[in-house]
Amino acid sequence: MNLFGNLSWDALPWNSPLPLIAGAVVIALCVAVAAWVVLAGHLPYLWREWITSVDHKRIGVMYIALGLVMMLRGFADAILMRSQQAVAFRAEGYLPPEHFDQIFSSHGTIMIFFGAMPLTLGLMNFVIPLQLGMRDVAFPTWNSTGFWLTATGALLVNISLVVGVFSRAGWLPYPPLSELQFSPDVGVDYYLWALLISGVGTLVTGINFVTTILKMRAPGMGYLRMPMFCWTALASSLLIVAAFPILTATLLMLTLDRYLGFHFFTTAGGGNMMMFINLIWAWGHPEVYILVLPAFGVFSEVISTFSGKPLFGYRSMVAATLGICIISFLVWLHHFFTMGAGGTVNAAFGIATSVIAVVTGVKVFNWLFTMYGGRIRFETPMLWSLGFIVTFVIGGMTGVLLAVPPADFLLHNSLFLVAHFHNTIIGGVVFGVFAGIAYWFPKAFGFRLQEGWGVAAFWLTLAAFYAVFVPLYMLGLLGMPRRMQHYDMEMWRPWVLAAMIGVVLFGAAMICQVIQLVVSIRRRDLLRDETGDPWNGRSLEWATSSPPPQFNFAVTPNVAGEEPYWEIERRVIASRQNESGYEAIPMPRNTATGFVTGFFATITGFAMVWHIWWLAILGLVAAYAVFVWYAWRDVSEEEIPAEEVARIDQIHRKRRADRLARHSDAGESA
Amino acid sequence: MTTTIEAPALERHAAPYRLGRADGLATGHGEAGPASKRVVVAFGFWIFLLSDIVMFSAFFAAHAVLQTATDGGPTGRDLFNPTRVAIETACLLASSFTCGLSALATDARNHVWTQAALLVTGLLGLAFLSLEAQEFAAMIASGAGPERSAFLSSFFALVGLHGAHVSVGLLWLGTMMAQLFVKGFEPVIYRLICFNLYWHVLDIIWVAIFTVVYLIGEGR
Amino acid sequence: MQPSHFARRRFTPSSRSVATLLPNASMLLLAGCSGGVLDPKGQIGAEESKILVNAFGTMLIIVAPTILGALVCAWWFRASNRKARYLPDWVFSGRLELVNWGYPLLIIIFLSGLIWVGSHRLDPFRPIASANEPLEVQVVSLDWKWLFIYPEQSVATVNALVLPVEVPVHFSLTSATVMNSFFVPQLGGMIATMPGMVTQLHLKADHIGDLWGLSTQFSGDGFAGMGFSVRVKSKEDFASWVDEARKSACDLDRAGYAALQPESRNVRAFAFRSVAPSLFSEIVRGELSLQKASESAGPVVPCPEAMR
Ligand code: HEA
Ligand code: HEA
Ligand code: CUA
Ligand SMILES: [Cu+2]
Repeated sequence: MNLFGNLSWDALPWNSPLPLIAGAVVIALCVAVAAWVVLAGHLPYLWREWITSVDHKRIGVMYIALGLVMMLRGFADAILMRSQQAVAFRAEGYLPPEHFDQIFSSHGTIMIFFGAMPLTLGLMNFVIPLQLGMRDVAFPTWNSTGFWLTATGALLVNISLVVGVFSRAGWLPYPPLSELQFSPDVGVDYYLWALLISGVGTLVTGINFVTTILKMRAPGMGYLRMPMFCWTALASSLLIVAAFPILTATLLMLTLDRYLGFHFFTTAGGGNMMMFINLIWAWGHPEVYILVLPAFGVFSEVISTFSGKPLFGYRSMVAATLGICIISFLVWLHHFFTMGAGGTVNAAFGIATSVIAVVTGVKVFNWLFTMYGGRIRFETPMLWSLGFIVTFVIGGMTGVLLAVPPADFLLHNSLFLVAHFHNTIIGGVVFGVFAGIAYWFPKAFGFRLQEGWGVAAFWLTLAAFYAVFVPLYMLGLLGMPRRMQHYDMEMWRPWVLAAMIGVVLFGAAMICQVIQLVVSIRRRDLLRDETGDPWNGRSLEWATSSPPPQFNFAVTPNVAGEEPYWEIERRVIASRQNESGYEAIPMPRNTATGFVTGFFATITGFAMVWHIWWLAILGLVAAYAVFVWYAWRDVSEEEIPAEEVARIDQIHRKRRADRLARHSDAGESA
Repeated sequence: MTTTIEAPALERHAAPYRLGRADGLATGHGEAGPASKRVVVAFGFWIFLLSDIVMFSAFFAAHAVLQTATDGGPTGRDLFNPTRVAIETACLLASSFTCGLSALATDARNHVWTQAALLVTGLLGLAFLSLEAQEFAAMIASGAGPERSAFLSSFFALVGLHGAHVSVGLLWLGTMMAQLFVKGFEPVIYRLICFNLYWHVLDIIWVAIFTVVYLIGEGR
Repeated sequence: MQPSHFARRRFTPSSRSVATLLPNASMLLLAGCSGGVLDPKGQIGAEESKILVNAFGTMLIIVAPTILGALVCAWWFRASNRKARYLPDWVFSGRLELVNWGYPLLIIIFLSGLIWVGSHRLDPFRPIASANEPLEVQVVSLDWKWLFIYPEQSVATVNALVLPVEVPVHFSLTSATVMNSFFVPQLGGMIATMPGMVTQLHLKADHIGDLWGLSTQFSGDGFAGMGFSVRVKSKEDFASWVDEARKSACDLDRAGYAALQPESRNVRAFAFRSVAPSLFSEIVRGELSLQKASESAGPVVPCPEAMR
């Protein structure tokens, strides 16, 4: 038995320059950033204010930062895939299958689990307590732990870039391909441990939000006064609680197969691979709604705010959201109509699937009627929302097309399917996240994002999206399957090349986003938001300052009363004009528990991948030690004295009043 | 409360959100504000337990699918020892009972009885675990380990998952007893509530395992 | 056809803007698909693509107005438009709710009918009614090539499927390796092949000519090279092709199969002149798994020139 398990120098990609260079560059970058942080003396600040923070706002921002960085990584993969296909007409291209297969697998894995998930969870983290008038979430330490476990998963996937290989079995590793017999290297193991660990993090976060939303709302915040975003976040969290354990169980079974010779899904020993496919989609289908529901929430907030109107048909929206939630568990079979389940079964699942179009349609129409009779301001969040409506409706339609079994017999696993889900994910989730970021950015940092570059990024992204994925739809209709490392069908070529152009546009859009961020930071004094309410929004988060103080609200807002949630913010601000009853606020203390747990989880995961048993055990023991250490601490909260609360609140009030006074002066003179 | 700064809409009688009801009182539920810490902790833990039950269901489903996939190897009838399983079950049920007793003692803030009840709970759990370990060891020794067939894979995974939960519970229990000993009730009170929930749920899951795996498996 | 010009003409409109995209996209959908699934050459493919187009058209009835409505609505109610009414209190309308739920529901009810009837009629298990006796073909996916066995003719091919025109074909499919999917886009009816299991598929080719097929379920590093040719011949030509195949030098006995099993990529098509009778069911039962097969193989010769 080797001290380092299966790990040896050969694990490094010595003979394949591309990952070696990429890895070297990434490592160099990380080291450089770390060195800068340490040398410039930022480490204590980072440690105190971010790494050990249990403040939901900070954790939200960290989630979003993680998600954006991982999206960038996923985008790099997308560039590789599209350019490989562009040159691989009757040729091998520059990526041999061994690499290409890793790339689409890691693209899908990273984008879904470490791009889109952190982005939506980040928004939920930041927004929910503010919208519902809370000081923090129900379990702040678990919240931080959930984040660091997600980061652990992301780290493991990226380590595989340099040490060893990543999975070559797709983003959902269907057995028997993913079994030891057909995938003997560590790729699938990296996948499994990354997802098992981050899955726990996600589950914890889901539990946290269900509890938070159901049990922690401010006085008067009845269910039917919650902003739409909170409803969709609640639905999404419920789906997490119900679906992620299935993912964990399924991956555990595969892990047992691979590590201990079990026979859940093997071809020998009576294993049943179709069971994996059923189980994974029993999680996988709800997962896509876990991603898109919070985005729907963002659009509801944005469209209503920028139309200067409350959301139309609020109750319908709530019903539709919960409807999607329930139906999403009844449709998983539409991912394998072609496995020969028989006409009646296929038809039943096809019909169940298309019913989702009805409930989603209700949402779309309600957004339309929200705009109807509004005064629409086309700032970036609103642009993303409009782009979303148009794009998502198309993606939804192609989804329903795939739900028709006879049509799916022609389109399953084709690039048409790939185009469908990018259509819903990019047009829905990614646009939603971008809208949400632009919308809540001033709340988080106290200044708005610069408009011009944002608008440019929007139009470029929109154009890029169609330029990439309309050709992919066409290719699907021309019979081109997904995951092709090379091809030799003449008629596909023009479309493959066209999609390449789109990727270039995507690149330009990304650059605009980055420039927007830089420009906004540099001009932050001009873009400052002093009122706390830059968009004339009406839900509670706009009633506090931008950025909000650590405790969010100086006095827990009481929103009991007659006015609808659309006016809650007004009411709370009005009721606080002559406030004097400040009280000391107990806030959860920072803790390194989350970070340390994540650290040891990384070690354990890495050790398991390489079969370094002693290290894995060490990691587990250490994790237990952390748990005991955490359980043993005496003081979990610290008080912010009343005077401090008063001081902070007065500053905000004064700034707001000054600003409003200036505003009305200007208004009169004009 | 009448000082409105910029909310003309408040004055309108036709409030945009009458939420369908004629009286115009948009009250809804949850009027009272955030729940107490006790409620929040217990509720959150319940949700966790529900998710855990979902995970078990996936393993139950797998077992149901693979129950007959013995690949020519031994079946449940060949392998299971009803007496041992009965004793295991008795241990676990009894431990659930003593766990309940500990909750009563906790309510009365009685240190000695709480610790005693927890101790018995732990010992019974330990007995359960060692019986299970014996069963596993005997099966593996006779060539009926999880590698033998898909049926046995699903058996070891499902029963083993429950066993792992019991082990974690024991670790937790030990830690908590130490904490209780050192620091008294105050810091562990919520954890004791959660532990009770946890232990009872494990019991319920065991009853399901007993029925689905052993009774039905025996019948095959 | 010159691909690059073709490309330039086709993709420019789509990258311009949303408004111009829709009509173009749907026009392209119909025009640009010769050789694809919308250009069927067989009965099943034709019915399936008809359902596809019908479903698409049905949904356009609601989707197109929705998109248009969104754009018009957003434009008209822009803040700078003084003529637009401002209705800040308009947040509920019972009648509109009815439309909200009812309109999509109607479309979906109609679609559900389509799904129900279509799923049953085009169930891959369902034999095709025809005056002609169906032809039996057994399909095995291997790493990374296709084996087609004609049990009645007792010949077999690798990566070449030869079918008589207008004769219904009954495929029995399995996999000797991981899961794959058998698909001939212009004949329709994609179906999975799985180790240890047999799926069934019925197809009928209605036109003489050369088509192509491939695997659509990713199966590992050689997946992209799993294309195969599909040649639809007249009944006479099919018969003479069978005679031709019988002249091949290769036998698909245990040894021949063992030689097929190791991984190989981009395999050129070739034929076997004979097939061991129960081979397919032995493959399904896993009795010829890799190790077992090579044990019984002896010296591996059968068709070296064919396996590159
Ligand atoms: C969240 C999910 C997600 C997202 C966003 C994307 C985004 C993209 N994807 Fe991906 N994709 C998947 C999920 C996703 N994909 C999955 C699950 C698969 C299946 C994998 C499998 O087969 O197993 C897949 C497969 C897949 C393929 C299929 C390959 C094949 O099977 O043949 C292709 C091919 O072109 C592709 C392309 C792209 C492109 C061009 C984008 C572009 O849209 C990317 C553009 C980038 C962004 C939209 C985000 C960038 C944002 C930033 C960088 C932030 C900016 C920075 C600051 C503000 C600081 N994807
Ligand atoms: C956020 C992600 C997301 C979302 C929201 C959706 C939404 C939907 N998806 Fe999609 N889907 C994926 C992500 C997503 N999907 C992914 C990742 C995969 C493949 C993974 C893989 O294989 O790797 C996939 C695969 C997939 C398949 C499997 C196809 C196959 O493998 O062959 C099917 C089939 O039914 C399907 C259907 C649908 C449907 C019906 C919806 C519906 O929810 C859409 C509803 C919305 C609308 C319809 C638009 C608005 C409605 C109206 C304007 C009303 C009127 C409209 C009508 C009456 C039609 N999806
Ligand atoms: Cu058999 Cu899928
Ligand atoms: Cu789905």
